Amino acid sequence: MRQELLKGNEAVVVGAVLAGCRSYYGYPITPASEIAETAALLFPKVGGTFLQAESEVAAINMVYGAASSGQRTMTASSSPGISLKQEGISYCAGAELPCVIVDIMRGGPGLGNIGPEQADYNQMVKGGGHGNYRVIVLAPNGAQEMCGLTMLAFDLADRYRNPVAILADGFIGQMMEPVTIPDPVRELPQRPWAVTATDATRDNLITSIFLDHDELEAHINALYAKYAQVEQHEVRFEEYRLDDCEYVAVAYGIVSRLLMSAIDQARAEGIKVGMLRPITLWPFPAPRLKELAHTAKAILVAECSTGMLIDDVRLAVECRIPVQLCSRTGGNVPGIAELVAAIGRLRESAP
Amino acid sequence: MKDVFKKPDSFYEFFTRSAAADKEATHYCPGCGHGNLHKLIAEAIDDLAIAHRTVFVSPVGCAVFGYYYFRVGNVQAAHGRAPAVATGIKRALPHSIVISYQGDGDLAAIGANEILQAANRGESITVIFVNNAIYGMTGGQMAPTTLLGMKTTTTPYGRKSINEGYPLRVCELLATLEAPVYIERCTLEDSKTIMRTRKAIRKALEYQVENKGFSLVEVLSPCPTGWKLEPIESRQWITDNMVKVFPPNVYKDKPAEPREELPSPVFERDAVLNALGVTDEVASGSGHAPGDFPTHEVVLSGFGGQGVLLLGQLLAKSGMREGKYVSWLPSYGPEMRGGTANCHVVISSKRIGSPYVAEPNLLVAMNQPSLEKFAARVRPGGVVIYDSSFVKTVALPAHIRGVPIPLSEIANELGNAKVANVVAAGAIIALTGMVGETVFVELLRNLPKKALLEVNLKALAAGRQAAERQIKQPIPAALV
Ligand SMILES: Cc1ncc(C[n+]2csc(CCOP(=O)(O)OP(=O)(O)O)c2C)c(N)n1
Ligand code: SF4
Repeated sequence: MRQELLKGNEAVVVGAVLAGCRSYYGYPITPASEIAETAALLFPKVGGTFLQAESEVAAINMVYGAASSGQRTMTASSSPGISLKQEGISYCAGAELPCVIVDIMRGGPGLGNIGPEQADYNQMVKGGGHGNYRVIVLAPNGAQEMCGLTMLAFDLADRYRNPVAILADGFIGQMMEPVTIPDPVRELPQRPWAVTATDATRDNLITSIFLDHDELEAHINALYAKYAQVEQHEVRFEEYRLDDCEYVAVAYGIVSRLLMSAIDQARAEGIKVGMLRPITLWPFPAPRLKELAHTAKAILVAECSTGMLIDDVRLAVECRIPVQLCSRTGGNVPGIAELVAAIGRLRESAP
Repeated sequence: MKDVFKKPDSFYEFFTRSAAADKEATHYCPGCGHGNLHKLIAEAIDDLAIAHRTVFVSPVGCAVFGYYYFRVGNVQAAHGRAPAVATGIKRALPHSIVISYQGDGDLAAIGANEILQAANRGESITVIFVNNAIYGMTGGQMAPTTLLGMKTTTTPYGRKSINEGYPLRVCELLATLEAPVYIERCTLEDSKTIMRTRKAIRKALEYQVENKGFSLVEVLSPCPTGWKLEPIESRQWITDNMVKVFPPNVYKDKPAEPREELPSPVFERDAVLNALGVTDEVASGSGHAPGDFPTHEVVLSGFGGQGVLLLGQLLAKSGMREGKYVSWLPSYGPEMRGGTANCHVVISSKRIGSPYVAEPNLLVAMNQPSLEKFAARVRPGGVVIYDSSFVKTVALPAHIRGVPIPLSEIANELGNAKVANVVAAGAIIALTGMVGETVFVELLRNLPKKALLEVNLKALAAGRQAAERQIKQPIPAALV
């Protein structure tokens, strides 16, 4: 077994290298900087490109260029930097370019602070850029998943020719945990659409402009047909102590880790509660939540944002049962006792 | 005459990508310079026989549809970002010939940083910069290159330096940089200047073929529509007005040695694993499922430089090697610049929920502020190890056991203040047994600074002995 104690941020880069990613373009920002620093260390060792770009705007456009050429490529940043990348992400989605964007969320709005927050949920999951598009969003909750889901992100990006985001928070990025290192991917997928500067690809075109209204509508319809496939095949989630449960708690990232501890405690106090943890935030595990809403009495959503994840939960359960929010912001995470209390209050809300 | 109308090979015969009904005419206005320039570029591509490996990056501007015409690989970029996109392409495809074709709004306004930085990095690309002193595509607004006094739809009273500054001279600006190899400004006034432009474009592309580095050709180009002039008048307008502000010239021509070849990506399994520094080796003790034991939730805190973060990592890593579940969470960012550092370590026989330790059952406080900050959080029955060389006032809650050890003094006696953290490790291991000493020693042996090994081992032993002296009574159950 190959096992290393890695920071989540380091694990992302290891996963990227194993997945065959050979270019990294980024701009430093806490708490994501170790991703750039680790990439600067490792990419040259595998004949890859590491370039510290002049801005997040430039970085995502370098990714756009590298992806156009068919290379597995990535960028990473934290919240304010992701805001700057949104135009480029929209272009990548429009031009159907596979690439991976990592967001190690910090506190906002504005300069906010560098504490862990989850307030980029809307700008990542709902698409913070312009136009009709979706980004596949994976939400790791530990170092092992930072590695594994990054590898998956590259596969999904290629399979669907779409940007894929890793959405984590400052704690998940900074935390060290054992990571079992998988084998590198053996074969990279063919990309006949790419512009590779060869005779065979001379007639290829990477673009997101469709001047004719009907053509653009057809393009958008094709994108959404693709997204329907993603929704059908790529929903991922983890269930924790959900069998026999009367109450369901929903959280992702660092909050899901805290919630695990809280659920153990609440169970010890005799409350039948379990957790559904979305691993894909888009596609959202709505079908499973809907199913749970038939038997559960109430749902708790815990998030380090003012109520973003809860919107998707409410949509999924179609207001069939009460959905309550436990929210902390500003770089604070909910305490275990706070979560246990919130779980306790579900009993009062249940009909 | 026939020759003049013959399309270059690197042009599409019919422009089928165009939405217009006429698939033979370009979408440019009559008398527009873009059309001339496209032809000059296509001819150069033909002559250099590079069409198969050329990638044309179209900007946002009137030339957004460059890909209607050029039968080469085409990538359309966001407004101003073509040099960044070109960078991504060229780095991925070192054999390619990348052309970034940009207008003055695209290159000198919204994309000013991208062009400056790409030039400064000396990217091996060719930039064709079309200066028509106006935003053509969006209907004739001011560009950074708009002349003083010139009326546009957003300078209806004429451009004034007091409000909009002066026309931006891109060639002059970029020529001050070290990296670019070739920068020239040409014009499209008449057949003579067009011939010069043709030569410049060819030269810029040749330099790229020879992998010499970054080149840029600025071309003063007519926009009869934006300027509200007849095609012939607009050529004259360049001569009468533009060349005075933007003098045609070679601003830089220093063909250096070809640039270093970029390395080729490596994908082979062992080479990749080797690069990552991971081996198949199994460390002693690892792989064994640990027996059940109460979870250790630890906060380590001290001054920056006392090595509490490393101490936490070594404990976590030892636990990992023993097959236990572990996590390590540091304080990060500006707080650390204030001179304090802390980390949370959890070592458990079960999957770890929260890596954030709100209520530790062990606190290691290497200084007074750490004790003050965290002591109240320690769980009843918990233990506080503190550095009695620094911590002078101690007021611990009754149900918490204090273990004073002069960590720093011991370290100093051993001749190295920096090993106080290892002294602490010895004490932690002796008090809690959260990890085995054997594994910890193995990690000490593998630290990069081999010279420190001996003193580290002594420090570990000294910490253990000091703790053993302290402990007369049995250790609280939660820690065993
Ligand atoms: C982010 C963004 N801002 C603004 C625009 C609108 N826009 C399109 S082209 C253009 C200016 C083009 O002028 P120039 O680069 O000089 O090219 P020309 O049309 O004159 O050839 C602008 C402002 C855009 N497409 N994207
Ligand atoms: S608006 Fe100006 S730049 Fe654009 S096509 Fe017409 S003449 Fe050319």
